[in-house]
Amino acid sequence: MRKLLPILGMVVAAALPGCGFGADGGSGELTIYSGREQDLVGPLLDRYAKEEGVDIKVRYGTTPEIAATLNEEGDRSPADVFFSQDAGALGSLQAKGRLELLPTAILDRVDSRFRSPQGDWVGVSGRARVVAYNRERVREPDLPRSVLGLTAPRWKSKVGWAPTNASFESFVTALRKTEGESGAERWLRAMKANDTQVYENNVAIRDAVAKGEIEVGLINHYYVAEARAQEGPDYPVGIYEPPGGDPGALVNVAGAAVIAGAEHEDAARDFISFLLSREAQRYFAERTKEYPLAAGVKPAPGLVPLSSIRQPDVDLADLADLQGTVDLLERTGVL
Amino acid sequence: MGLAIGAATALPVAYLAITVGGSLDQALDTLWRERTLRLVLRSVGLAGAVTALAVALALPLAWLTARTDLPGRRAWTVLTLLPLVIPSYIGAYLIVSALGPRGLLQDLLAGPFGVERLPSIYGFPGALLTLVLFTYPLALLTIRAAMSRLDPQLEEAARGMGRSAWRTYRSVVLPQLVPAIGASGLLVALYVLHDFGAVSILRFDSFTRVIYTAYGTGSRTSAAALASLLVLVMLAVLWLEGRARGRLAYHRSAPGTARPPATVPLGRWRWPALAFCSAVVLLALVLPVGVLVYWSLQSVAGSPDWAGIGAGTGNSLIAAGMAAAVAALCALPVALLSVRFPGVASGLAERASYAGYALPGVVVALALVFFGTRAVPVLYQSLAMLVFAWVVLFLPQAIGSTRASLLQVSPRVEEAARAMGRSPLDVLRTVTTPLAASGVMAGAALVFLTAVKELPAALILAPIGFETLSTEIWGATSVGFFERGAVPSLVLLLVSAPPLYLLTARGR
Repeated sequence: MRKLLPILGMVVAAALPGCGFGADGGSGELTIYSGREQDLVGPLLDRYAKEEGVDIKVRYGTTPEIAATLNEEGDRSPADVFFSQDAGALGSLQAKGRLELLPTAILDRVDSRFRSPQGDWVGVSGRARVVAYNRERVREPDLPRSVLGLTAPRWKSKVGWAPTNASFESFVTALRKTEGESGAERWLRAMKANDTQVYENNVAIRDAVAKGEIEVGLINHYYVAEARAQEGPDYPVGIYEPPGGDPGALVNVAGAAVIAGAEHEDAARDFISFLLSREAQRYFAERTKEYPLAAGVKPAPGLVPLSSIRQPDVDLADLADLQGTVDLLERTGVL
Repeated sequence: MGLAIGAATALPVAYLAITVGGSLDQALDTLWRERTLRLVLRSVGLAGAVTALAVALALPLAWLTARTDLPGRRAWTVLTLLPLVIPSYIGAYLIVSALGPRGLLQDLLAGPFGVERLPSIYGFPGALLTLVLFTYPLALLTIRAAMSRLDPQLEEAARGMGRSAWRTYRSVVLPQLVPAIGASGLLVALYVLHDFGAVSILRFDSFTRVIYTAYGTGSRTSAAALASLLVLVMLAVLWLEGRARGRLAYHRSAPGTARPPATVPLGRWRWPALAFCSAVVLLALVLPVGVLVYWSLQSVAGSPDWAGIGAGTGNSLIAAGMAAAVAALCALPVALLSVRFPGVASGLAERASYAGYALPGVVVALALVFFGTRAVPVLYQSLAMLVFAWVVLFLPQAIGSTRASLLQVSPRVEEAARAMGRSPLDVLRTVTTPLAASGVMAGAALVFLTAVKELPAALILAPIGFETLSTEIWGATSVGFFERGAVPSLVLLLVSAPPLYLLTARGR
């Protein structure tokens, strides 16, 4: 006990001073909550901090965790900006009035499909759902017009999906909106009956398609784009975007918003504006192989232009309805 | 003081009450679904199965390493306890990559036997295997400590009166182990109830996973309602353990102190015993660490971020060290209260402290976000907040082992000191604490081991930019570069070794 007391003293002494955040509130500061990984966006944020001379503090976490944290913090949040991995989380915060309206000068830089209808968040980069296929075993014309056609006997045991993946779940949410609950349920059951193969994640599916273990996989476009950039044009996996507003071609976005009551509101807007600049959009196209959404920047080579992908009739903010999707996946035994 | 500490650790429960009370209809709506009942049964089933298997595994291991002449006993003691330091999220990931449908094992079998795909390890079997492998050391630790402290006179008396070895074991040894088995079963069961890493990677739809999903989609009321239900399940488990614990005395009543127990010669049984220990160590330690080392070597070739890993190590040591010290200090009064003054209030204080331990880390972290931003905004996202969160989460581990060692201190000794004119505080300082010191230190070590690998609270509550080893591992694995997470994972295992040594050393 006597030995422990000085330790306790040290504990208190060491723990207290490191806590003075936000009290000074001077300009040139910005607190960002990032649901995107440090590995992917860290270099870009550092570049912004250096160029603009802003002292940025970034809290990294998963998008759901950060959305939950913002909900608990309420109007006492130290955060100025939320940089989210997907539109659903932004939609759920918008519904709770936790986001500040963005100026039209920022909103108008992005196609209206990829921003909040209410104007309080904006998409920064696009993430398209695709049908990845093995080019040696399948010719593109043989693929079904819609992912709904993958329940045919031709595709038995030949398709891979990752039911616990967040992007897959967003796709199923979109499916529920376009086909209705019962339509989505029927498709999921038929896919399961067709022995659709389960994988841990998108990378595992892509590699299985490349190896020919399966012929077709439901994943996000950039996994293929990354591998193609590394392996060269002979990479055996092709990308197919089902036409006609198919849910299998859903384009979700990573987006950003200013937190309601943010202390550094101007800096926050300035930062979001930077994310839509030519420099940042190029970074996304080159580094993460996502679709740039602004400044006329072209996507990575080999990708279908965004304008030729017809978005299904789904409001991205509605993708917040994840609970219903998880319930459905569980009911059908997919999860 | 004990009561105050109990109250502080009940903060997460208060938060749940506030959140659920805020929109009771919606909360009840969540609870009355058929799916919720199914979730309770699934989670309780998993917790029950893991606890039974972990204790069943721990009992023979404890006996072999504490009471027999097993060759290399000291080494086996450490080796069988080491899996404790492997976080469940890493363990589960390693199990999947080794035993998954297309894992390393399949790779090995594919050549000679043409095995294309192993049966799926996901769901209940995988979660069960992973959780048993990485939680049995929790049970082993407590049971082994109790076994090596058993007073041999009782056994000798029983044998002397003609009882067979097996009947002696059943009628004398096992009953004396009941508190240890109960306490360790409790730790394992509650660990399983709150674990997120293993169930999410092995895709077992448990309570915690659903709570996470609900929080992520903004339905905090549903999440809080489900978490409250988890608290009720926890209370039921505690009640069961309390009944098993009873009101028996476990200290010596005769004068003098216990001798160390005699060593049992194994004879021919040495070989099966060795095979058993090897099998456990192979599965729970060699396999996962082997994969980690393999990946680390690949990563070192790509020159990892040594500076970042160094900073993360320092931060982990500081924060987890603080949590261990504070938890040990807080555990003493709570344990003392429950051992020396058993009653409604002291029982409540001890039980309240388990609330944090049974709840998923994310719930405790968000509860502290809720109170922190409202009550003590200066401390929000400070190191103190993270340390406090870890104390709330892991205090029962410190209480459990402090309590176990206090139980073996006879109140007579304290009474003697009082009779000789010492003040109660003096007695606590000069008599009780030194006698219970091994338990207190073990509690601190255990809290350190679990805090250093904790993830959700570290992510949500640490000061901005305060990277720990666990957040670095998470950062690397979440983008799919598991190789890059391997070096910090190995460092995590290394820094966990000294406190683990402390834990095993005291049993001798």
